This record gives sequence, C-alpha cells and structure tokens, in this order.
Amino acid sequence: MQRNRRAEGGRIDRSRPLRFTFNGKPYEGYQGDNLASALLANGVRVTARSFKYHRPRGIVGHGPEEPSTLVELDGEDASGNRPATTVPLCDGLSARSVNCWPSPGFDLGGVNQLFSGLLPVGFYYKTFKWPGWHLFEPAIRKAAGLAAAPASPPASGHFEARHAHADVLVAGAGPAGLQAALKAGRAGKRVFLADEGTEAGGSLLNRALTIDGKPAMDWVSGTVAELDALENVTRLQNATVWAYREHNLVMVNECDPDRDGILERSWRVRAGEVVIATGTTERSMVFGNNDRPGVMLASSVQAYLNRWGVVPGQRVVLFTNNNSAYAVAADLAAAGVSVSAILDSRRTVAPEALDLVAGLTVHLATVVSEVRGHKGVRAVKAAPATGGAGTWIECDLLAHSGGWNPNVHLWSQSRGALRFDDDLAAFVPDQPVQACRAVGAAAGDLSLDRIIEGGADLAYGIEPLWRVDVPGQRGMAFLDIQNDVTVSDVHLALREGYSNVEHVKRYTTAGMGIDQGKTGNINIIGTVAMQQGVPLQDVGTTTFRSPYTPVSFGAIGGLREETVLFPYRHTPVTRWNKDNGAVMYEAGARWQRPGYFPKPGEGLQEAVNRECRAVREGVGVYDGSPLGTFELKGRDVPKFLDFIYANIMSSLHPGNGRYGLMLSDDGLILDDGVVLRLDAHRWLLSTSTGHADAVNQHMEKLLQTEFPDWQVMITTVTSQWNNATICGPRSRDVIRALGTDIDLSPEALPFMSFCDGTVAGFPARIVRVSFTGELSYEVNVAPRHMAAMWDKVMEAGAPFGILPVGSESSHVLRVEKGFLSLGHEVDGTVDAYDLGMGWAMSKKKADYTGKRSVMLRRASGRVRRELVGILPVDPDRQIPEGAPLTPGGRKEATEGLVTACVWSVVNNRWVGLALLENGHSRHGEIAHVRMKDDVIPITITKPVFHDPEGKLMRS
Amino acid sequence: MLLIPCPYCGKRNECEFIYGGPVGAKRPDPNAVNDAEWVEYLTVTPNPQGPVQEKWWHARGCGEWLVIWRDTRTHDIMEAPDDAT
Repeated sequence: MQRNRRAEGGRIDRSRPLRFTFNGKPYEGYQGDNLASALLANGVRVTARSFKYHRPRGIVGHGPEEPSTLVELDGEDASGNRPATTVPLCDGLSARSVNCWPSPGFDLGGVNQLFSGLLPVGFYYKTFKWPGWHLFEPAIRKAAGLAAAPASPPASGHFEARHAHADVLVAGAGPAGLQAALKAGRAGKRVFLADEGTEAGGSLLNRALTIDGKPAMDWVSGTVAELDALENVTRLQNATVWAYREHNLVMVNECDPDRDGILERSWRVRAGEVVIATGTTERSMVFGNNDRPGVMLASSVQAYLNRWGVVPGQRVVLFTNNNSAYAVAADLAAAGVSVSAILDSRRTVAPEALDLVAGLTVHLATVVSEVRGHKGVRAVKAAPATGGAGTWIECDLLAHSGGWNPNVHLWSQSRGALRFDDDLAAFVPDQPVQACRAVGAAAGDLSLDRIIEGGADLAYGIEPLWRVDVPGQRGMAFLDIQNDVTVSDVHLALREGYSNVEHVKRYTTAGMGIDQGKTGNINIIGTVAMQQGVPLQDVGTTTFRSPYTPVSFGAIGGLREETVLFPYRHTPVTRWNKDNGAVMYEAGARWQRPGYFPKPGEGLQEAVNRECRAVREGVGVYDGSPLGTFELKGRDVPKFLDFIYANIMSSLHPGNGRYGLMLSDDGLILDDGVVLRLDAHRWLLSTSTGHADAVNQHMEKLLQTEFPDWQVMITTVTSQWNNATICGPRSRDVIRALGTDIDLSPEALPFMSFCDGTVAGFPARIVRVSFTGELSYEVNVAPRHMAAMWDKVMEAGAPFGILPVGSESSHVLRVEKGFLSLGHEVDGTVDAYDLGMGWAMSKKKADYTGKRSVMLRRASGRVRRELVGILPVDPDRQIPEGAPLTPGGRKEATEGLVTACVWSVVNNRWVGLALLENGHSRHGEIAHVRMKDDVIPITITKPVFHDPEGKLMRS
Repeated sequence: MLLIPCPYCGKRNECEFIYGGPVGAKRPDPNAVNDAEWVEYLTVTPNPQGPVQEKWWHARGCGEWLVIWRDTRTHDIMEAPDDAT
C-alpha cells in the first residue's frame, strides 16, 4: 500500500510494480522509482540515523546532493554508502540504513544524543590523545563508521574502461546542455553528451514549466529525438562527469550500461571544448532542528510530486528566501495538498510570485526558528525575522529553500576561477583556464526564461539568509547534516583560531561527507563571513576536488587488474621450470624465476643445500636471461662508459670484460655489472635484473639531455640474448660434452673474457663471468634456441650430476663469496669504500658520475657502516635478515644490521653479511644482534667464506 | 592527465611518459666548484609557481627525451620541441 502515491501523474510506470525490502521490511514501488521516492511513497519517514549523534533522519533531497539517507545494498550488487536518491529501484532490491543498529527507528547509538553537549567538534582529538590516538582509533572507527566494504567483488559482470575523443563534451542534459549539444551536433561536430540522470531533461523533469506555451518535456523529447538521430552525437544517461582533468580530459562514469554483463563503464574523454551544463543544487536553510525527518528541500518535494507522483506530506509549510519555492507551493496546491503557510524571510516579494500562490497564506519577514517533533516534523515555529515571539504552525512537512548554488564543481576542477555574485548570492564561474564554458544554471542563469527563448519561469529574487539568527532560538542547527556539524561547532572552531575556511572544514569535518556539502557548504562560508564580518568573496570556497559524486573502485580499475595491469616477464625456460617442480618467484622487474627445485617431500632448506652442493662440488646451471643487457655502439662509447662507471672501462681490449659500479651523481650506487668490449666500436653492458630499466633511463637521459653531441647508440638486447650459466668445478666438462668449437682452456678463454662460436650446434657466445665464485660459463644463445639449448645442457650434464639452480641457492652462493646484492648490502647509504671495493673507484679519472659526492661525504669524517662477514658464535643459530646490531646487545641506537644470513654447505654452519659501524677495523671482535627478547653474539670476519683468493673462479 | 607533444609521435597521454624532473643548472665541472656549490647543484632544483622547464621521457613510446615549458598553475604547455619532421 503506497499511501503517499498519487493516483496519476509522474514519470513512473504503475503497471510495473517492483518489490523491495528496506531494513528487512517488504515494500512495493514502481518502475521509474528510485529507492528514496519508493520509501516516501510508502510513508517511511525515518530512513537513517546520523553519523555522530544518531539523530533520526529522513530523506532530504532527490539526487546526488542527498546528505542524509545513505544505504548499504545487499546481495550480488553489494555496495555501501549509496545515497538512497541515487539507487534506481529494481525488483528484489534489498537495502539497509547505515549508522544504526538494530534499526533507524530504534537505534541503540541514539544514546549519544543525550551527551551531544559533550561531543563538540574536536572532541576525539582532544580527549583520546594519551598515550596515542591510534590506541582508540579502531574502537571509535567501529562506532562511527559508515557502511562496510562489500565482502566480495560482484559475482557476475565486469567493469570496463573506454577512451573517446570529442570536439565538444557537454556535461548535463538539462535545458542548457541539450541546447548546446544540439547546436554543436547540427554543426557537424563530434558531440559527447553525458548526463547523470536516468533520462534527459534535468530540472525540467521535476518542474511543471512550459516552453512556448507547451509542456517543457515536449521540447526535451523533441530535442533528444533529434540528437539521437545524429550520428556525430553520443548521448549517455546514468553517466556522471565526475572529474575535469588537465588538458580537457574528462572522466565519465557510466553506471548500468546494461550490455554484455558490463556493470559500469569508465570513459576518459579528451574534448576540444567542454560545455559545463551541470545545473544547480538547492541549498538548505539553517535553523533549530533543521534535520528532523520531514524537513526537505523545496525543490525535492516538487520533484517527488511531479516526477514520481509522491506527496511526501499532507500539511506543508514552506520556508524560503527566494521565489522558487512559490512555484513549489503552487504545484502542491494544484495537486490538492494542504499548504498551511509560506514563510518568507524577505520583506517584499515580487507580485508575480504572490500571484502564483493566490489564496495561500504568506508571512513575509518571517523565519522558521525551530522545529518540533523527534521522528518527524509536527510543528514549526514561525518567528519575525527581526526578533520577537513566534507562533507554532502544525504541519508534517517543511519544504525549505535557502537559494541555489550553480554546480561549479567541474568548472573549479578545471582550475577556472570563481567569483561571488551579490545579486545571485552565490559563487559563479569567472575566468576559464581551459577550453571550457559554463552555460545555463551552472553559469548563474537560474530561471528557464534566461536559458531558453520561450521558457516561462519566475525571476529568482533571492535575499540571502545564511542562518536563522533570532533570540530564544533552540535546537541544533545543522550546517552539514551528513557529518553532524552545527553552527555552534563552526563558532567553536573560529574561537579556537581556525579562521581559514579550509581549516574550519578540516577541523569540523563540515563538507567532508560523501555528499561533499552540496547543500550546506555555502552556509558554512556564510556563517564564517557573518562571524568575521567580511564578505563571502573574502572567505572564499574550499577546493572542489574530484570526484563530483562517489565512483566505485571497480570502475576506476576497469579490466586493469593483477597481471593485466602489470604483466610478468618470462624466459623460454619458464615452461621447463614449471614442469620440473620449480617453486616460482617474482624476481626484480616482474621476472618470473625459479626459487628452488624441491624433490617430493623436500623442504626449502634441503633443496637449497642440494643445489648449492652441486655447484660447489660438481656442476649446476641457472637461467641468467633476465639480466639486463644493452649493446652500445659509437665513437664516444669509451668516454661515456668512463663517465657512468666508477672505474675505467675505456682501456678494455676487445674480447675482454670488466666488472664495475655505476653511481648516480649524488654518490649512491645505482647498479653493478659487467662490461664486455665486443670490438673497437661495440660494447655489451650487463646490469642487475631489477635495475635494467632504471639504468636504461639513466643512460638515455644523460645522452639525450646532457651530451646530445656524443655519438653513442644504445640498443636494449635483454630479450635478444638468453643464457644458461653453467657453474661448478665440472662446468668445463659439461660444455665439452655439449660440443663446442671454442677453446675452453684457461689460457685461451681466461676469467673475464668471452668468445663467439657454436655450442651444441647453436651459434653461441661464451662469457667467463662468475656470480657464484666457481668456474663458470655463461652460454648465450638466441631466444629461439634457448629451450632446446637448456634441454641439451641438462642431457650433457646428467653424467656429471648437473642440477638446476634457483634464486635461493644463487643467494647462498653469492653470500658465501661476499658478492654484493643491490637491495641487501647496497641500501642507498653505502658507497664503494664501505663495501671494501675502493678499487672500483678510479683515482686516475678527474671526473665521473658520483665521484665528487662520494668524496664530499667521506670528507665529513662521519662514522661509516662497513660491510663485514658474520659468524654466529653458535654455528647452528640462524639470524633473520635485517636484524639490528647494537653495542653489547644493549637497548641502544643500532650500529648496523644483518643484511644476509645463509646456511653454508661448504662451512657446515650459518654465515652472514652485515653492515657495521667501523666494521673493517673490527674483524675478530664479537658484536651482538639484538632481537626482541634475545641477544645473539656473532664474530666479525672478512666478508668471504669460500675461496678467499678467488682461485676457483679463475681456474 | 597531460597531453604532451612529442616531436616524433605527436600529442600523447602523460601515462606514456616518465617525468625527468625540472631542468636545473648545467652540471658544473666538479673540480672547479666548492662544496657548497656542488651541493646546491645537486639538491636545489627549480620549483616555481608558474612556468617551469622540465624533462619528460617518452619511455612507452619512441624513447625520446624532450624538454617542455609548463605552467604549474594551469598545466598549460607553453613551449615544446618543434616537430622533427
């Protein structure tokens, strides 16, 4: 039984009833309803409880400005904090109020109302500050919070993103927007018209206006038909323009595209010109208990009446400071609703407004000072605006209009300036910054006759009233209904010294709700202006930021999630790795690499020990393809390499390679790697996996912006070369077994040299480098040969017990040798000297990247943390990586940290590396790792635990 | 999102570029400046409210490093490299 529904009228389909539940109770509405209109039709008055005081609240508005009724939707389309006025009704909808338990009618949190005097603005900050806000925050959040995030993503359907280009983008399909779109469309321009409503028409949907004597909606349907027939016009409904970005990029969120299972579509439209036709929003009046259920915006009462055929009350009082409410009164009277009185704060009113309400009671120079009624309006107190005793008027609905705000959100987001217009008592667009213009009500044309020729409308005629201020006024007067911010809260903030409107906003949270203060912000500015005795222009607005209305995260992400957003990189060996039981890791730069290869029943440590033993005693192989590789060509490469590496590279002979450190100009280590000289003019540079992209950027930036006349060409060849790195004392035997025309003898192919030839029948380049400390050969082949080469290596190596080696074992092997790892030992504070690699810092070169900064820092004489080896005194004691070292293990400032700790197969004990203050001069000393409830003694050593002279890798 | 004019590719979305920071002072000869001057070169970069000259890398495009003048208040790109063609 929809007791507030009129028998006829409105843009709803009474032949299509829809069933829904609200807070568990069943109701019925019609096709064309939104949740709010359906609730009002059913006479549901208390629809919400307020955020802080848990006061009963009803529906206030009819669109995205709704400050009061937020709901949580259940079921497949679960989502939270949706204004009820923006939820289209559908069959089976299930919604719940937020902020109340167990129901808005009986809410246990309502007890807060008794203590409202004890909960002023800043109460939480002032009260819960010892020992720290974070102790109290979780409990307070739980008590305060709005809806919870949905537990799971939508069960079916997906979000989509789409790009579009337009000559003209029109935001809003009200009279001004339709007109602008039509003009551009007829001129053959590519037009993109986006409107947040379910159908075009804007305010005309809610009002009984005429154009050239005919219903305005006839004009709308005629215009829409012409637009839809134009191929160069795209018109979207349910599509909110929510952000205006740089260079005319406009974000549009299309809800419910209702095609192909798409839930929402996010458009990114780059437009030649943006026409802002976003209309206007009515603002609240501020008086005692202005938040009671049954206190509604006048235009919303009009919208429910005309658009949805709903009469939200039986006895209505209107309160206004402008002419627009007179049209509302006229519509109500015409519908047979009893209008008890129109209270107007102005002393004089234009006769054409009064003519419209002939026969109704109008009290001029009168304000509402207070509302009576707890769960619904029962009476309002009409008081003379100049003070004096008031009289109570009984009613069940108070429709109020504090004037109109042009919706300047997009204009302001575009960085366009605003100015306060005294005649309109509102902020309106001033000078544009981007290629855009505001039209219609958004530009301050607040009556239809100013927008469309032949449109008939009352002149606006506002006299601003930012808040009712009469003696003896009682009840809380809300400026921000959603965040429960009252006039006295703003006064308190001003007294406490928050004089800037941005500070008032943040301290009181006024205007920071989901509605972003669409109905109330101007009154906050007005209240501040009244208190400070300055014009509103001087107070200014707070910044308008996107989004204009809430946008779901799904719509922003679209299909870009997980690996679609950020794909993995694979080598041709990935398939083999997976087939052979590798536990795959994500290594640097999104490479998928094998971590280790456990046999059935084997854990990580057993597998790693087995792989390490193979490399140290027999032979192992790992896939070194992800290492960043760049080929450099040109006359100035030697000069360039000498500039970007700390040591001298130009003296390399073709066929040889050299290890070097690359610094940034602030003296930090950017990368380490090996440079090979291929011939007189070609060089091959390898970098660590994770830093390849950064090194490429570094080199290109230098060459293109600092040294544009240097002749150096860089080609990224990371994916043009793959390699199997065969390492261990038997590696030479494996390569011989594979068959090669390259002379592998140490004399012909010594450490840090390379040779081109064939291996196992494939064209290959063998490079003798070592990251494990063993005899080691990098066999480089083209990617198309890599998988086959890998199979042959495993086959040829089988007699020697070859094992694949994962990144866990590589880590152990390099720690045993004290080889540094970026991100472990190199953490953005250490330099080459700290690492014991002063030899890598050329003394001969007058300048290279980073030299001056390293020298400058070292000249300060400050204590440095230096790389050392560590041996736990208890050889079976593992130390977590990152554990702090403190003097004597006492609770003091740290003197270093453990960067790595691994089980060493060759030493049969735990060994590790650490950065320690003055570590180089402390070999042999005992230092202490301080754990949470333990102190671990360690012996400081040189950072090398295997083959200190490096004989093996040179063998 | 800015629309950045690349001399090779035309106007392209900002997400194809990597920001390279404002154009600062030219790198001095490190052996010809004192400590304070060197630190100033390294750490003090232009940060005006208004026109700033800055570097952008068309990393997800042609790989060109380019220099533009951009107004930080309006994002207006006031000067860009001439079309290379």
